[in-house]
Amino acid sequence: MSQQTYKAQIYVTLRPSVLDPEGTAVASGLQQQGYTEVQEVRIGKYIEVTLTTATEESARKQVNQMCDQLLANPVIENYSFELEQLATTVGG
Amino acid sequence: MNFGVVVFPGSNCDRDAAYVTQDLLGQPTRLIWHQETDISEIDVIILPGGFSYGDYLRCGAIAQFSPIMKAVQDHAQQGKFVLGICNGFQILTEVGLLPGALICNRDLHFICDRALVRVEHNHLSWTQNYSEKAVITLPIAHGEGRYFADPDTLTQLEHNGQILFRYCNAQGEMTSNPNGSLKHIAGITNERGNVLGMMPHPERASDDVLGKTDGLALFQGVLKAAVMV
Repeated sequence: MSQQTYKAQIYVTLRPSVLDPEGTAVASGLQQQGYTEVQEVRIGKYIEVTLTTATEESARKQVNQMCDQLLANPVIENYSFELEQLATTVGG
Repeated sequence: MNFGVVVFPGSNCDRDAAYVTQDLLGQPTRLIWHQETDISEIDVIILPGGFSYGDYLRCGAIAQFSPIMKAVQDHAQQGKFVLGICNGFQILTEVGLLPGALICNRDLHFICDRALVRVEHNHLSWTQNYSEKAVITLPIAHGEGRYFADPDTLTQLEHNGQILFRYCNAQGEMTSNPNGSLKHIAGITNERGNVLGMMPHPERASDDVLGKTDGLALFQGVLKAAVMV
């Protein structure tokens, strides 16, 4: 059965209701640089996870679970991800 | 009464907590490595302050999956006492024993200071030795201590009397809020009242030699509860 290797590119962002003091500070820094059109900055996290699974569906399911269990905290964060296929390994 | 203090990689207030329960209260105290799974003899389990797993990802996020945490959840389920201080509070919210989350302080700074805190009520063992609305001084030392929860959860916390400590000024008024916590929250309990999480450090304010002893009554309160049972 062949195995697929995927790279999940995961974006964890603060929920809109959560104040982001870091983003606010960066926005103010940008405005001081002359970027007066900057309205808002929100800072999140970018996580790459490489995993090898039988199907894309399985990879997607596992990454969803990882995000729910550990990578994001649903109380304060949202997440989204993209899967990129890296290689196919044909195994026994 | 048996006290247990969990030691995660990166905990740094474990010995301070054990000093209070063992040396000041004179109670048997065990430092419990996070890989352990049996705490059945323990009456009060303390999750100490520090930087478990280097605060990687989010404070407390990785510690919540340490083997000991399953035992801590069972312990809480049985109605036994769980106290999470600072990083311990963060772990309790991550693992879901307490609602909400602790996020980056409003002004982004790590705050190391003494904070005035109001004891909201004394109906629980934790605070039975304080007078209601007493203003006490406890050290705080955190970068991610701003309490956050959705409006429904905050309403529930208020309604159920789960908010046990709030930041205040010397008169007990809600004007001072060092980290920007919603509702000035410094410490909350679960609905049952046996699980307490707080950002201020009562264990750092229990021995005269450190200048203030406002935190000692909290540990004595729990001890008194055990004697009464």
